[in-house]
Amino acid sequence: MATGIKDKVAIIGMGCSQFGERWDAGSEDLMAEAFNEALADAGIEKARIGAVWYGSAADKINVGNSAIPLSTALRLDGIPVTRVENMCATGTEALRGATYAVASGAVDIALAIGAEKLKDTGYGGLPHMPKGTFNDLWMPYGSAPAGFAQLAAGYRTKYGLEKDVLKQAMARVSWKSHQNGAKNPKAHLRKAVSMETILNAPLIADPLGVFDCCGVSDGAACAIVTTPEIARSLGKTNLVTIKSLQLSASSGREQGFKDWDGSYVPNTRNAAKAAYKEAGITNPRKELSAVEVHDCFSITELVTMEDLGLSADGQAWRDILDGVYDADGELPCQIDGGLKCFGHPIAASGLRMVYEHYLQMQGRAGDRQLPNPKLGLSHNLGGVPYNGVCAISIVGLEGV
Amino acid sequence: MSTAIGIRSFGAYIPARRMQRSEIAKAHAWALPGLRGLGKGEKAFCSWDEDVITMAVEASRDCLRGQDVNALARLCLASTSAPFADVQNATLIASALGAPRNVATSDQTASTRAGLSALSHACQSGGSQLLVAGEKRRTKLGSAQEMLFGDGAAALLLGSGDDLLATYLGSESLSVPFVDHFRESNSDYEYAWEERWIRDEGVGKLVPEAVNALLQRLGKTAADVAHFGLAGGGPRADGFAAKKIGIADAAVLPDLRNNVGDTGAAHSLLLLTEALERAQAGDLIIIAAFAQGCEVIAFEMGAKGSDTGRSGLAGNLARRHEETAYMKMLSFSGEIEVEWGMRSETDQKTALTQQYRVADQTFEFVGGKCRDCDTIQFPRLPNCVNCGAFDTQSPAPLADEKAKVLTVTADWLMFSQSPPLYMGLSQFDNGARMLMEIVDVGPEGIDVGTPLEMTFRIKELDKMRGYRRYFWKARPIVSAAGE
Repeated sequence: MATGIKDKVAIIGMGCSQFGERWDAGSEDLMAEAFNEALADAGIEKARIGAVWYGSAADKINVGNSAIPLSTALRLDGIPVTRVENMCATGTEALRGATYAVASGAVDIALAIGAEKLKDTGYGGLPHMPKGTFNDLWMPYGSAPAGFAQLAAGYRTKYGLEKDVLKQAMARVSWKSHQNGAKNPKAHLRKAVSMETILNAPLIADPLGVFDCCGVSDGAACAIVTTPEIARSLGKTNLVTIKSLQLSASSGREQGFKDWDGSYVPNTRNAAKAAYKEAGITNPRKELSAVEVHDCFSITELVTMEDLGLSADGQAWRDILDGVYDADGELPCQIDGGLKCFGHPIAASGLRMVYEHYLQMQGRAGDRQLPNPKLGLSHNLGGVPYNGVCAISIVGLEGV
Repeated sequence: MSTAIGIRSFGAYIPARRMQRSEIAKAHAWALPGLRGLGKGEKAFCSWDEDVITMAVEASRDCLRGQDVNALARLCLASTSAPFADVQNATLIASALGAPRNVATSDQTASTRAGLSALSHACQSGGSQLLVAGEKRRTKLGSAQEMLFGDGAAALLLGSGDDLLATYLGSESLSVPFVDHFRESNSDYEYAWEERWIRDEGVGKLVPEAVNALLQRLGKTAADVAHFGLAGGGPRADGFAAKKIGIADAAVLPDLRNNVGDTGAAHSLLLLTEALERAQAGDLIIIAAFAQGCEVIAFEMGAKGSDTGRSGLAGNLARRHEETAYMKMLSFSGEIEVEWGMRSETDQKTALTQQYRVADQTFEFVGGKCRDCDTIQFPRLPNCVNCGAFDTQSPAPLADEKAKVLTVTADWLMFSQSPPLYMGLSQFDNGARMLMEIVDVGPEGIDVGTPLEMTFRIKELDKMRGYRRYFWKARPIVSAAGE
């Protein structure tokens, strides 16, 4: 009988590059920037790393496929490196691989790293990612916002919500993240914006306007993990341990069978249920100190609040407007600015979320420090609501 | 059973977009003020994702409603503007229609009379045949052809028996080197001679010669003609020829120039569908096509069959989106290249191996039905989308199934030659569900619950290699009354 991952692995070092339009930095520079911070934070020699899980998603405009680009950038002679890819949830996949390696006893110390260089595309938004020779014959090519914008149609239909009420709640999601991002020195977008600006922005995919969409950024983030015993032997105290790592991938059911109503993300509900069980959480809204969710678009964050069981079904829009998820609200969400403002370098995002929880629990979050955080959830989506993946990681102080 | 040969069914397809000719004339007024004379009415034009093949498929589906597609022995396409020079266009049409594998297919081309020539041949050879004609001709900017030509397709199901919609009486061919217009192989545009010569020396002499020969052979007179249509020969050629022959003005069919345009090889068959929609039992129908002489054919209208629910020409004329953006028409037809930006640079190479492996799924739109749980699904993968059972699916056609919008968005970010790109989950009434592009969205827009029907379109154009792949898209169902 599986016993789950809870408290079997501790994070001893993390790093995160400056996110943004890094015209000055290539993918290799971003990897090195995040890695050097993590290595210094862990206080270990590179040679102690027993295995590496490296994530990158958009290999056409990034550094190409395979583990070699990372191994070369960081000169990881003699260290086994695995490359993983699971769309925008790639970062959490890298963490899952490294964590499992340590938990299995195969290695003492492992590195998880995700890096993405999106701003070599030549235009805003994500580069086109082909879907395979068969899917390309029939599946429409929509943009990422078009995939998520459909949630708005499904959600307002299910709950009989007026278009402008939903638009207002969506705008409030982005407004809050801009407030938070302004306080984060590593964030891509560091400017507070007014509700009016958000509401009147040009449409990207109806009903999503420009300010309903997250930043498209360059960046890298990483984590060094080991067992709690080794962590203590290295002199680490107040350990941040992994409580849960769960993944759900579409089997084609949402977009190919009649039982989904289009108003939520089934993968999130599946992954959340498993994650709460693994972490022993029964009342997430009470027990979690903060959440970092995959707010690629404002509507995504809105339905995610329900999918994670934080808001009752059909009530997230109200909770959002009531400020429940604001920095000073009942359960702060995107305290670092989220994908919306910290930025979204695809493969780095899952690790960037964990980085924020890690800093918060160590009291190193600066102007945005929350009082006494103990347990944090990261929610990382890939693909689109009806055909994608959801990876959830929960980290917390040891013993919580 | 009678051995009479004739028409069992007919269908039509006219693209929904109708360019207001006055807007074309306005755009050229600075240099070609004379075009204003032609700037009346509207012309039907294809969206970027429509061509002769897609229009032919739609006209054929309209024609084949309630008919047994498995009985087809032959399928012929007539067109001077089919997309492929090598790859039989008719075969792709047959595949999309789900015609039997052993159907004999052929493309008839090289003249705007190809439609009527093919009809004559088909009526003389017998058997269950589908004849479809479509045209989407390129025209030079500012030319008379740009004003006059339109896009469209018509289809006829031919067979024998005593329950025909119209019985074939006979045909006449007159073939002479009268070159009123020409287009060399591999040329994009036609070149036309003086209208007055065409009228006086061509239409005025050759059409009566052919029509009179046929009437005489049938033992009929011009006064017996209840419906007369003439394709080719320029504006008002039909009335001019009718007068010469002695056919009454009232018998001359509306020439469709005002609301569709001259549809080339398809025009004679569209005129025939028009006649079939208005004729009474016993009416004599004469349709002629003028080009390098004249092809003429005669039918006697039988009893109208039961309503098949076809759109026909009338339904297609009612389904119209008025367009005033001349640049849009030019972009759709490929006459101008709009700078679509980097997002349009995606390589659209088609894996022909993959295309053939799943040909029934992508051309004919056949999904699967699981015998364990009855779930209808697309695509048809090895394991059922609902119960996961392996190898339990039998073919389930989806092309004629109705659906509704479950989720939808208008995507302004993704490259589309017709922005915004509407896409969403189509929930079929039979339980199938899939992500689809939605086309022909009118000014009224769409929302969750909008009823949808399926239409065969170009999925992607591979401009690098000169290939196009096809798939099905959804479009809002418009009530018969139109907008």
